[in-house]
Amino acid sequence: MARARRILPGFGLSLGFSLTYLSLIVLIPLAACALKAATVSRADWYELLTSPRVQSALKVSFGTALVAALINAILGLLVAWVLVRYAFVGKRLLDALVDFPFALPTAVAGLTFADLFTANDFRTGWLARVWNPFVTAVLNAWNATLAPLGSTAGRLVRPDGWHWHLGPAWQDFFAGYASPTAIVIVLVFTGFPFVVRTLQPVLEELDPELEEAAACLGAGRWCTFRRVIFPMLLPAWLTGMALAFARGVGEYGSVIFVSGNLRYKTEIVPVLIYDELGEFRYAHATALAMILLVISFAILLCINLLSSWTRRFA
Amino acid sequence: MTGTLKTPSANSRGLTPRQAQREPAWVRYLLIGIVLLILTVLIVVPVTNIFVQALGHGWSAYTHAFFAPAPPPAPDHLTRAQALVQRKLAHTYESAAHNREAIATTLFVAVLVVPLNTLFGIAAAWLLTKFPLRFRSVALTLIDLPFSISPVIAGMVFVLLFGLQGWLGAWATNVRIGRPAFDIAAAFPYVQLAWVPATGIIFNWPGIVLATCFVTFPFVARELIPLMEAQGTEEEQAAVTLGANGWQLFRRVTLVNIKWGLLYGIILCNARAMGEFGAVNVVSGNVIGKNGTIPIRIEQLFSAENNLSGAFALATLLAGLALLTLLLKSMLEWRTRQSTRKVQDA
Repeated sequence: MARARRILPGFGLSLGFSLTYLSLIVLIPLAACALKAATVSRADWYELLTSPRVQSALKVSFGTALVAALINAILGLLVAWVLVRYAFVGKRLLDALVDFPFALPTAVAGLTFADLFTANDFRTGWLARVWNPFVTAVLNAWNATLAPLGSTAGRLVRPDGWHWHLGPAWQDFFAGYASPTAIVIVLVFTGFPFVVRTLQPVLEELDPELEEAAACLGAGRWCTFRRVIFPMLLPAWLTGMALAFARGVGEYGSVIFVSGNLRYKTEIVPVLIYDELGEFRYAHATALAMILLVISFAILLCINLLSSWTRRFA
Repeated sequence: MTGTLKTPSANSRGLTPRQAQREPAWVRYLLIGIVLLILTVLIVVPVTNIFVQALGHGWSAYTHAFFAPAPPPAPDHLTRAQALVQRKLAHTYESAAHNREAIATTLFVAVLVVPLNTLFGIAAAWLLTKFPLRFRSVALTLIDLPFSISPVIAGMVFVLLFGLQGWLGAWATNVRIGRPAFDIAAAFPYVQLAWVPATGIIFNWPGIVLATCFVTFPFVARELIPLMEAQGTEEEQAAVTLGANGWQLFRRVTLVNIKWGLLYGIILCNARAMGEFGAVNVVSGNVIGKNGTIPIRIEQLFSAENNLSGAFALATLLAGLALLTLLLKSMLEWRTRQSTRKVQDA
């Protein structure tokens, strides 16, 4: 094939600089990481994957990120809907505020949440003072409604780490500081803009004719939303949820401020990697990083496939 | 269409088409209320908490986080109370010095990282949008890579290369690079700069610069690539036919078109570079008084020194930076809306 003559200048320069920069900053370090992970023996992999500390860290990391992504999906849908569809005083300001968790450094976010969870001052201790009584009231109401049934089945209780039994009150699980709930709340904060910002363009470009047609055919508003609007939003919604999930799995700065890093209870995988690096166990740290990356990429791939499948039938 | 709006359509609920497309008023107000509640609780309260905690203990407590007075020379015999006060003053003074050092290190890292990443962003955007390439999607995925990697892993890959037991460890831990030492002086020029000897890449500023570059390099590129792609290559080709060389082409045609997107990308890159915590934590060794950036210093103040007011004082700097970023983003969007409206009206 004849070599096409490029019209615009600068191909060589931009290619050279980009490749050099990418190699130095990204490709060579990642190659070093992959090579190091390849030196881990099979016995070491087995020991790592079956170690209870690693398993609980994986459960905490992925479990909290999943719960936070689901909460963000619902909150983000609500917020995106209201910001696009309705007009009210201060809407521009709120729209700009949605980007705050994206712009705020993670350490600052972790710091302020840690203070909110632990302070006893009335001005700033609202989370610690309001959350526990509220949850206690809800759980007691739940237990009271099930009491006429006689047995203890269905009563909610405090789990041990991540084992959920049935029995009496769940209060300590929802304690503010140093609990998985604190991690979930912080991850909801940091992942909040992703769903909103992914849904907003799609909502703005929704064709109103489809809704008008549905109304003409006699569909009520909720029916229209459920069967016309929401299926069109589904790929963007899933993408936003996947982004929030990926962000939540890797989140380190804000989580370590509020989680207390209790082993087997609130220790996340990046903290484990940090510890292993500190003890110069580079191979273990790399192996953990590979596990984290592989599982994250696999889940992201699944969700991307799902959303492209949905788009095909939309 | 306007003529037919008044008459109700012949559906069973008797709604006009406009009414049929809107939720009932109570649903609207309920949803708006819920969203206001969500945004207040989730975003407004934590952010205002930063400023409340920082300034709530008084203005002098806030300024002592940055410029604490040196403790007066102590007389020979101190009572226990005097000794405690003396120790507290000395501790505040030292903490403030570390805070200033952290601010200076953060600025130094940002001054190195942001121009490098801007150059890369412009080069990558030029390469990917002005020339047809086969590996374009691979390159785009590679550019999006830092968003899917935990920052700790980003720091870890550099420790693997340059750490004590890393591939280049023997060289990297002994190379003499030196580091800048900053302090605020009482007289002109008010900033003291010195280059003190220091060794190593990892527990020293080059490691921090590399890790921050890794984490922040996509920002400018991601801003510019869709922008330049939407603008196409016609203007540049026209300029080439009129005889422009490469630099004139870039300066007088491309840069004019992309300047607001470029500015926003630089601001985002800067905000992230100054606020990066996870990668810098791994790479800087987390020793108090050495190579801390502002987020590292916040964590040290919070966990090791138990100095919440100092931590919040530094946090206000970063939160102020975030507010500035959002303000500039709003201004930029307003400008884009203005220019689109001008194009539509013309």
